[in-house]
Amino acid sequence: MKSKRLDLSSRRPINQDSFIQEWPETGLILFNSPFDPKPGIRISRGRLCELDGKPEAEFDLIDRFIARYAIDLTRAEAAMALDSTEVARRLIDIGVPRRELVELFGALTPAKIVEVVNRLNTVEMMMALQKMRARRTPSNQAHVTNRKENPALLAADAAEAVERGFSELETTVGVSRYAPFNALALLIGSQTGRGTALTQCAVEEALSLKLALAGLTTYAETLSVYGTEKAFHDGDDTPWSKAFLASAYASRGIKVRFTSGTGSEALMGHAEAKSMLYLEARCLMAIKGAGSQGVQNGSISCIALPESLPGGVRGVLAENLIATLMDLELASGNDALASHSSIRKSAKLMLQFLPGTDYIFSGYSSMPKEDNLFGGGNFDAHDLDDYNVLQRDMQVDGGLRPVSDEAVLKVRRRAAQAVQAVFRHLELPPVSDAEVEAATRAESSTDMPERDVVGDLEAAGRFLEEGRSGLDAIRALAREGFDDIARKILALQKLRLSGDHLQTSAMVLPGPRVVSAVNDPNDYRGPGSGYSLSPDRRQEIASLNQALDPREMGRESSSEPGGFLREAGEARVGTDPGEIVIAIGPAFGTELRSTLLGIPHQEVLQAMIDGIRAEGLRPRVVKIYATSDCGFIGHRGAQLSGSGIAIGIQSKGTTIIHQRDLEPLNNLELFPQAPNLDLSSYRTIGQNAAKYAKGEPVAPVPTRIDNTARLKYIVRTTVLHLHETRQVVKDRKPRELDWSPMQAAAGSGAVEKALPA
Amino acid sequence: MSNITDNYPLSEKRPDRLTTPTGASWKDIDLQSVLDGTLSMSDLRIAPETLELQAQIAESAGRSQLADNLRRAAELVRVPESKILEVYQALRPGRSTPGELESLADELESQYRAGRCARFLREAAQAYDVP
Repeated sequence: MKSKRLDLSSRRPINQDSFIQEWPETGLILFNSPFDPKPGIRISRGRLCELDGKPEAEFDLIDRFIARYAIDLTRAEAAMALDSTEVARRLIDIGVPRRELVELFGALTPAKIVEVVNRLNTVEMMMALQKMRARRTPSNQAHVTNRKENPALLAADAAEAVERGFSELETTVGVSRYAPFNALALLIGSQTGRGTALTQCAVEEALSLKLALAGLTTYAETLSVYGTEKAFHDGDDTPWSKAFLASAYASRGIKVRFTSGTGSEALMGHAEAKSMLYLEARCLMAIKGAGSQGVQNGSISCIALPESLPGGVRGVLAENLIATLMDLELASGNDALASHSSIRKSAKLMLQFLPGTDYIFSGYSSMPKEDNLFGGGNFDAHDLDDYNVLQRDMQVDGGLRPVSDEAVLKVRRRAAQAVQAVFRHLELPPVSDAEVEAATRAESSTDMPERDVVGDLEAAGRFLEEGRSGLDAIRALAREGFDDIARKILALQKLRLSGDHLQTSAMVLPGPRVVSAVNDPNDYRGPGSGYSLSPDRRQEIASLNQALDPREMGRESSSEPGGFLREAGEARVGTDPGEIVIAIGPAFGTELRSTLLGIPHQEVLQAMIDGIRAEGLRPRVVKIYATSDCGFIGHRGAQLSGSGIAIGIQSKGTTIIHQRDLEPLNNLELFPQAPNLDLSSYRTIGQNAAKYAKGEPVAPVPTRIDNTARLKYIVRTTVLHLHETRQVVKDRKPRELDWSPMQAAAGSGAVEKALPA
Repeated sequence: MSNITDNYPLSEKRPDRLTTPTGASWKDIDLQSVLDGTLSMSDLRIAPETLELQAQIAESAGRSQLADNLRRAAELVRVPESKILEVYQALRPGRSTPGELESLADELESQYRAGRCARFLREAAQAYDVP
């Protein structure tokens, strides 16, 4: 039995997420499985013969690999003897430089590393991550895929992603035979706009290597590593085979990043009762031992599994941190769908976003989720505006930038046209004009015309068989009038000669210019050090498309000369007991022309006049210059009113009914929520003011309650009030206003109807 | 010269030292050479000497394992792709006996002067061989 409220709560997105208790025997636990080994090391005659309590004779393949390649035995005994809390403190001690910690952690065992990291709370882990990431400048990677595997759309999405600031793009395939075309479309799109981003196509290892050798991709990220031998075997690899593959890529000048993450071993049923973090520490040490420059982790596609457990999000942050302690480039996850709840997703993102990592996402879904072939995408195209706002709010460099609609359309069209030209030139199945147009303006692949799938797959297969390569694309682009794209692709391919992007945390910026942990090392040492936004970058982040210039707000039509009101000298004190003064603010009808809601001042004034007349009294309009405060405007008006009753109104539409003998900040009726006032309200305000003057009973003007009014209007309210306040002339007396031109303009009908018979 | 990392990135600071295994130099590679057809993908390859430079850079940045990887890679520049894939396959679980890995190591050493890779394979063979 549930209350109605609890029933509604139970249907909130958060309650569609799965939550479970820990079950250490199967590895469903983040830290501290009772079956985790205790930290320890024994070295005999320069040989590691006991690792975390396990004698060498019992080592599995991963232990052997780690023992051989990942632990600095010259420092290990001293490092292992340090108290774990003391080491943890060094991680957040700004007096201890990163390099010293990298050396120290290079001499610890997996169990010791986990024990140290587990001494940090979540905020301390973020502080440590800020200090320990390898590259000073943070960056971001995008996923670019679509369900129809349409090359024009892939290219357009790739071009837009780069325009938005992503420095790496990753695609994959639904049908693996599409891989050469997907890689080609991504390559072309990625170099279309501002360029330059590295691109990859996530497919099976051998095909992935072929694509890279053919110059269709520029890096690879598919080298998965697991924390137990059985899981490793299920992945059909060993640490040695993966390490060899890494060298193979490097021998062709191709950047590689490994993949690991908490939860994969439990998912495969091979966690051996060890905690996820302990197994991940083993992975990361194996990756370091293999000589990889970096890793993508942060649970990756398993993310919902650790998140189902207590401390899951903290644990994922811990694994990110351990990657940086191993001195690895870190692409920190945030890619696969992690929660139904936007609140939970955003909160989790902050753990990587605020400290910054080399690639905050290892795949931000730059297109709508429905087109994401990586399994959802935790954030997608429709969250990009949110992301840009978060950067602006926190003054954090999340790697992206706001771009104008025009710029987006321009690069999308050009990328789609470039793909069309390359396909034509290389006699691949044609890309139609309709596809180019659709790719330019599409929401998703749903909007794309169908292609001949069989023809595409045949052609894609032949493409590699015939030994075609990125050079064919370069030639085709140059001959079809896309010289700029051709040159950028060539410049990227040429980087292979240099191997510059094989160094840790390399990204390729327009130029192409390689920035890595070698020439941009993270030098964070507390406030005033490390990465900070340059003035240009700060400005770029601040310049949201939707950000308005407050100087222009509310003045959209105020450039018209004159106005509907004419001043007729200083206002006198009235003697007519049948008159109601309408006192308007200093900008009303002149500097500003409409209320907060955009109701023209002229119509507002007319409605109040009509209301007063409907009660048989006579309106008089005066302008107050000495103040912009609603209470004081009304109060001044009341001093001038023959009846002693006045309506005060600010330009933004806030209104008050005042009486001569009341204190300025008291009132008969106040209507502070201008957003709730429409023309009929203003007419009723006029009537009520008249009724007060006549001594009749008055029913207050009904107003609606809108909880979002303050959120929606506080900025505009402030800006309009600032414009009004700028029109204040302290010692200027109130002015009588001749509003007869207005009556003429409004037509006589309204007035006649308002007059009592 | 003060520090090897002062040369980094080589593409900006020392393009004069960049050649391809086919003998082309950095400045030879431009759009015209692609259009002429004088350039092929095999020209767009890193040279062993360059990988050695990058290994030294990695080492001086404190990254000895990365340096080892780049030095193994330098040896593999000379090894054809088919052989590389064969070695990779042989290293995968349950694919080969220690003896087969041993003979692949011998081949890498004798035919391609890939001593580091050969040692790496022998270490794998030893590790795989423990029951």
